[in-house]
Amino acid sequence: MWKGDYLFLLQNLVVKDFKIRYRNMSLGVFWSLLNPLVMMSALTFVFTAVFPNNQIENFPIFVLCGLVPFNFFTVAWQNGTISVANNAGLIKRVPVPREIVPIATVLSTCVHLAIQIGLLLSMVIVFGRGVNWNWLWLPVVWGLEILFVCGITLMTSALDVYVRDVRYVVESACTLLFWMVPVFYAIHSVPQSYANLYQFNPLAALILALRTILIDGDSPSSTLLLKLAFSSTLVFAVGLYVFHRLKRQFFDYL
Amino acid sequence: MKVIQLQNVTKTFHRSGGQKLLRHYLEDILGKTDPERFFALKDVSFSVREGESVAVIGANGAGKSTLLSLVTGLAPPSTGTVTVNGRAAALLDLGSGFHPDLTGRENILLNASLLGFSRSRAHALYDKIVEFSELDDFIKEPLRTYSNGMMLRLAFSVAVNLEPQILIIDEVLAVGDQKFQAKCTEKIFEIRNEGRTILCVSHVSPTLRELCDRALWLDHGQLIMDGPIGEVSAAYEGRLTSPA
Repeated sequence: MWKGDYLFLLQNLVVKDFKIRYRNMSLGVFWSLLNPLVMMSALTFVFTAVFPNNQIENFPIFVLCGLVPFNFFTVAWQNGTISVANNAGLIKRVPVPREIVPIATVLSTCVHLAIQIGLLLSMVIVFGRGVNWNWLWLPVVWGLEILFVCGITLMTSALDVYVRDVRYVVESACTLLFWMVPVFYAIHSVPQSYANLYQFNPLAALILALRTILIDGDSPSSTLLLKLAFSSTLVFAVGLYVFHRLKRQFFDYL
Repeated sequence: MKVIQLQNVTKTFHRSGGQKLLRHYLEDILGKTDPERFFALKDVSFSVREGESVAVIGANGAGKSTLLSLVTGLAPPSTGTVTVNGRAAALLDLGSGFHPDLTGRENILLNASLLGFSRSRAHALYDKIVEFSELDDFIKEPLRTYSNGMMLRLAFSVAVNLEPQILIIDEVLAVGDQKFQAKCTEKIFEIRNEGRTILCVSHVSPTLRELCDRALWLDHGQLIMDGPIGEVSAAYEGRLTSPA
């Protein structure tokens, strides 16, 4: 049906989301930096002063390596999940390819993410961990993460059209996830039998990879990368399939 | 060439209107709700040839808007087939792709891309749209600063200048002040005279009679008359005035 310029449309939708979000904020981009800094300070206080932890050095950047991916994941996933239902006006009146709506929502969160990655990298340098060649892995692991988020969002956004409760399930899942991915604890504190499972969670795998690259200055292990690539691609494929199956009836349910 | 063809098309909707919570599914399973579906369209067949301009008339709730959603490919039919050749641009609910926080310019480009235009094509058409809308400097202001009339003018300018092969008009012949209305009507006639297909949903008016050659009369989802607009509108008005 719709034969058009996908890139131009995607760009316009991403820019739209971003502009709308920031035009109504007097301090604009500053808010993107404030939230992770506040969370970083609070968690650092709790885990260095309240429950002193001697195993982890540079706790602030350690926790920031967890917070930045976690924030991105939850914001993109939650906004993406409600995007199709919230854009009912568009979906019911313009024959655009429906997949583009959740994907554009995820990608517009990436603008936000870029600012936070900038913060993370500057903090790494401030804490005296210099730039190294392994930083070249960063685009690879982030790219896989974005693929994963697009996949899972395609799935939940389509389901949300049929059952509006899906958004609340996603919300609860995000709260739970804060504890189930190693944001403020190290993976070696997790019993070995669970630790292997953690690597299949693309979000946990990304956090582990970031710490290896930025704090240890090492390249991420190939098993970790393979697991990340495998689960991200699988989730994206399943997401596309589910969305494709469900989109035909969107009109009747919106 | 037939640009629009509907064969035995039926479209049903849930009475609940679709919006569903988990609760509703549980009620369905427990058999608490009435699973009755209502017919928005019932066994409708017709075709439109290239260059024809067709009016769809009928009372509120007769299935006119559903018909347009099917033709634009937004909704799949429950049974039957819908075939459309060419890009149908709908003037359905003007400005549905608009966002109040974006400027006129940003909205124009966003809408062009939603309708499938490439970057270069959209920029090329941009000036034409602005000129037609007569919004001048307001084009750089966010849409929420516009008056209602200005918003409609912008939406109309976008829709008619994006060169649709099939123009679908939904009750929007009355836009803006009289001068602008005249200009809109003129533009629609111009599109028709270029030999493009027009599908128009509206209340019967002298303009409609002049614009369209043929009319479809829908009543409770059924196509009850298809013929020259003069005859159909006379029959339709006859039904309205005489107690049936």
